[in-house]
Amino acid sequence: MTISEAREKVFSGEVKLRQIVEQYINKIESDNEEINAFVYTDFEGALAQAEEVQNRIDEGSAGKLAGVVMGIKDLICERNKPTTCASEILEGFESVYDATVIKRLKAEDAILIGRVNMDEFAMGSTNEYSKYGAVKNPNNTEMVPGGSSGGSAATVAADMATATLGSDTGGSIRQPASYCGIVGLKPTYGRVSRYGLVAFASSFDCIGPLSHNVEDAARILDVIAGFDERDNTSSHREKSDYVHAVQNPQKNIKIGVPEEFFGEGLDDEIKKSIEDILSKLEAGGAELVPIHLPHTKYGIATYYILATAEASSNLARYDGIRYGHRANKDEMVDELKLEEQALTEKVAAAVGEEKIALQKELAMMDSPLARLYKKSRTEGFGSEVKRRIMLGTYVLSAGYYDAYYGKAQKVRRLIQNDYKEAFEKVDVIVSPTAPTTAFKLGEKLDDPVQMYLNDIFTTTANLAGICGISVPAGTHSNGLPFGIQFMADAFEETKVLNAGRLVELLK
Amino acid sequence: MSVTEKDVRYVANLARLKLPENEVKSLANDMNKILEYMELLNEVDTSNVAPLEHVIELDSRLRTDKAEKPLDHDDALKNAPDADSDYFRVPKVIE
Repeated sequence: MTISEAREKVFSGEVKLRQIVEQYINKIESDNEEINAFVYTDFEGALAQAEEVQNRIDEGSAGKLAGVVMGIKDLICERNKPTTCASEILEGFESVYDATVIKRLKAEDAILIGRVNMDEFAMGSTNEYSKYGAVKNPNNTEMVPGGSSGGSAATVAADMATATLGSDTGGSIRQPASYCGIVGLKPTYGRVSRYGLVAFASSFDCIGPLSHNVEDAARILDVIAGFDERDNTSSHREKSDYVHAVQNPQKNIKIGVPEEFFGEGLDDEIKKSIEDILSKLEAGGAELVPIHLPHTKYGIATYYILATAEASSNLARYDGIRYGHRANKDEMVDELKLEEQALTEKVAAAVGEEKIALQKELAMMDSPLARLYKKSRTEGFGSEVKRRIMLGTYVLSAGYYDAYYGKAQKVRRLIQNDYKEAFEKVDVIVSPTAPTTAFKLGEKLDDPVQMYLNDIFTTTANLAGICGISVPAGTHSNGLPFGIQFMADAFEETKVLNAGRLVELLK
Repeated sequence: MSVTEKDVRYVANLARLKLPENEVKSLANDMNKILEYMELLNEVDTSNVAPLEHVIELDSRLRTDKAEKPLDHDDALKNAPDADSDYFRVPKVIE
């Protein structure tokens, strides 16, 4: 059910909002056990909200999202509800305030029915790295839903909510939208406040909607976009009329077709479908402009250096002191004592240089507090998060900073320049959202590099800070959906929404 | 550049992690694979390129100097693994 369908039903009086909420509750109760998208639900709260919003509908004072039932990715804070980022380290954590996007959704009468699964701290492309277990793709439950907003995408695809919020750091909204056959919008960096979003990589992270169609994405963006004095990276620019852009799409747009995005590694059927779509858009009045984005192939390497570096810094806050998992103190103290004893004995037995080295080691032993940090973090973080913290710490460490982090920041500028130049000639740039359709659960878990390469078409938008949308493009002969991506210059969300709408109109 | 197990232990300490020995080995392996892929950037000439630190132009303005209600004391301590009524509690660091 789309937002306009839901609103039509409740505003015409055909059904009460309570019935819509009950319909979703039934759907979640029947399907979620298998899909594993929701990790926390608040049905009672949702039904209570429904009564309040119904009153406002009856009075004629209801907000723009009255009638809409949403799931929220488990890294956006909702007061008095758990926010765990699908990590053991935040087991039991309850937010003490609402994120700005949550305040804005509530102010427009959206009903928030629960929290949805994700890759731990949004680090992953398959939603397999979650303390709650993997999310299944509703189109075929042997397949991954994509990630990291896999729960957000699967929720919409299985129609367990009208729409969801996700976050996109390197493709985490658009790639799962592609795999699940729905719409995912990554707004421009700074378009949507991140106050209350748990930080992964601060120069990349964006909050955005996942929805059944392009208009729904526009309706949600309209509510969540705009300056927030609590987020200094949010932009003062006025938002545009996103819904109007979708309802009145221009057909004579200039679409840049970058050669670099249609080369090796791209599934043939996906390539052909996108070419077909482009021919039809051209026949409808669009102009196709061949362009070049020569630094595309450096996107993944650049992204994974910068994003892991930022993550290692952001995740330093999880120390087991103020919140989150804390290792057992008594065990830790005993362990430390034993280690100290063993080392002291070794020192006594050793001679010469070895003795000096061991003495040094003994002097450098962790204090109880330092060991508590280490044990809490080691127990609390999952394998992929630890891998990224380690990589990020490594690339920032003395002696390697210039070679990795500094270098990547420079290449990031070259990538952004590619886009700036391209957008002088075209309105939007088209590409596949992902090189393939969804793959089997477990298939890429053993090879981090293969896993990272999956983000090849999406990370550059985050590197450049621009906006992008994934819209369903078709169904593969393997039965799975795939998306087409449009990117536009910073703050030109109306252009990607417009282009996405044109694709919908072809059907 | 190749990451040794010693490097992994060194970095783990910086990152405040305490890795079991089998993880040290597999992480050294993973990090080498990933860093090897990242060597790709060496073919880009960046000698005259300034690092990109902010993807959009930041327009920082001062907010109105008006006091707002701070986080409630009980809320601040609500998620603490160990706290008394006023403070977070940590293991003793000074004997």
